[in-house]
Amino acid sequence: MSASRAGAVTLPRAPAGGAHPRRDASAGRTAAARAARRRRIGVRAAALGYLATLLLAPLVMIFYRTFEHGLAPVWNAVTAPNAQHAFWLSLEIVALAVPLNTVFGIGMALLLERGRIRGKALLGMLIDVPFAISPVVVGLALVLVYGKSGWLGNALSETGIQVIFSVPGMVLATAMVSLPFVARETMPVLRELGDDAEQAAATLGASAWQTFWRVTLPGIRWGVVYGVVLTTARALGEFGAVSIVSGRIQGQTQTLPLYVQDRFENFDLTGAYTAAVVLALLAMATLLAMNLLTRRTRGGKAA
Amino acid sequence: MAIEVRAVSKRFGDFTALQDIYLRVDDGALTALLGPSGSGKSTLLRVIAGLEQPDAGSVTIGGQDVTGLPARSRGVGFVFQHYAPFKHMTVASNIAFGMAVRKRPRSEIDARVKELLALVRLQGLAGRYPSQLSGGQLQRMALARALAVQPEVLLLDEPFGALDVQVRTELRDWLRRLHEEIHVTTIFVTHDQEEAMELAEQIVVINEARIEQAGTPRELYESPRNEFVMSFIGPVNRLGDAYLRPHDIEILPEGGDGATEALVQRVVHLGFEVRVELTLPDGRELWAQISRTSAQELELREGQILPVRLPAPRVFAG
Repeated sequence: MSASRAGAVTLPRAPAGGAHPRRDASAGRTAAARAARRRRIGVRAAALGYLATLLLAPLVMIFYRTFEHGLAPVWNAVTAPNAQHAFWLSLEIVALAVPLNTVFGIGMALLLERGRIRGKALLGMLIDVPFAISPVVVGLALVLVYGKSGWLGNALSETGIQVIFSVPGMVLATAMVSLPFVARETMPVLRELGDDAEQAAATLGASAWQTFWRVTLPGIRWGVVYGVVLTTARALGEFGAVSIVSGRIQGQTQTLPLYVQDRFENFDLTGAYTAAVVLALLAMATLLAMNLLTRRTRGGKAA
Repeated sequence: MAIEVRAVSKRFGDFTALQDIYLRVDDGALTALLGPSGSGKSTLLRVIAGLEQPDAGSVTIGGQDVTGLPARSRGVGFVFQHYAPFKHMTVASNIAFGMAVRKRPRSEIDARVKELLALVRLQGLAGRYPSQLSGGQLQRMALARALAVQPEVLLLDEPFGALDVQVRTELRDWLRRLHEEIHVTTIFVTHDQEEAMELAEQIVVINEARIEQAGTPRELYESPRNEFVMSFIGPVNRLGDAYLRPHDIEILPEGGDGATEALVQRVVHLGFEVRVELTLPDGRELWAQISRTSAQELELREGQILPVRLPAPRVFAG
């Protein structure tokens, strides 16, 4: 009995005895902290330097070169009929390819995360194929299938639908290279969301369709928005696949990136730089729009 | 509505969750499915709700066979273990959900939501989001949401499992009073025998995919059918094949008929109850549960040797 009481008294004394080595350690820690801080600054500088070399410097150069000779040549370059056509064509293709991929991506994510099907792993791999293969290959493959001598193109051209060298083919090529974004951004969000709320909706009498619109989609909307932004950015900038499928006919099948390339090759540097700046601004506007959207809706809820 | 489960079996791959289950729950009853985790009790609840399809057997609710019916057509209110709130909706919208998908008129929904908010005592929180609620408040919101569509059956999966002790006791009392008020047939899943004993009119003990025994709390406590039920419901001492309740062990001031001696190893004071750990002369260990008053009268001290009288132990065949 008395032995155990003595033990109870010595217990709190043990950490007090350990105070000395701890004070030594804290003296050592300030030196360690200084080293850590130096290391942190080093890492930050390296990261910023890398970013500046790769991203900032070229971007600034393009803006500088564009506006080097004032606004008048820029205005002329922007209002050139072929530039205008390329601008609207690019927007048209984005307006068609992005909704297609959004619907497909959400459906695919639901199938892979919630579906009870065989061969999920294979399907998941297939989705990523457009990331893995070169856009040029995508373009060539589309020509093989939908071109004049391709096995679908023949049948289609008989019904009067031309795919290759026209808008449908360019939309297909754009959709294909930007296929994985929405599905890949939505899947982890779906997984984290879990299916509890969906089951709760079912027990409350909601149909599958009502559950999707009222519970699932609001739950995954930020994943979808991010996927849509990435898809839009990719679709706007797509060059390789569209270049092959479009035939690059000036004023007809020339998108903005193709127009930049065309102007550059014809030594119209102002035209090339101006179009490039427009492209960059479009992409930045997309990112900014997402940022504002996320901030406003999230901030309002204090979630 | 009465619920009847007949010959239900369910497997997940190699794992048997339910094996040939028969269960009857009377109209308006409050029933507990009690068992250790992984025993299949939650699966049984989900089968009744239609969230899980049984491999074999049938489920009847109010005389109607609902085995092939999807969850949304069963008229069942379900409260999930982690409440499954709709995080992007306010408390009021969460509660209104079942009525909204049924396209009820706005005025009717508003009136019912108000009534339910009062019932679950969340009046001031209608405009809050689930992330701004405590566990107990979420639980009550989930309950109001389930009750909003006037279910014939209310199913609760570990309703108090994720709450701290004080909130749990409070909600438990509140749920019992609520049941007395609205008398909807209720089944809840729990692994806590005390919770089951205190709340339920009928307890169904489930272990390893089978029902071990079903009955009133008193029946299960006084005449358990096997050692699992005996040791799961209430404290128990095991001496070889024999089982005895700690409160049936008598500690005597002096020796007498049928008394044996025991060494007091430890005395633990737990408020009204005192737990006495004993060692018998043959080295077997057991513990006795006595009241504080009798512990004082006996002047129990560790190391003491006292006469004790053991009750006739219960022995279960096979």
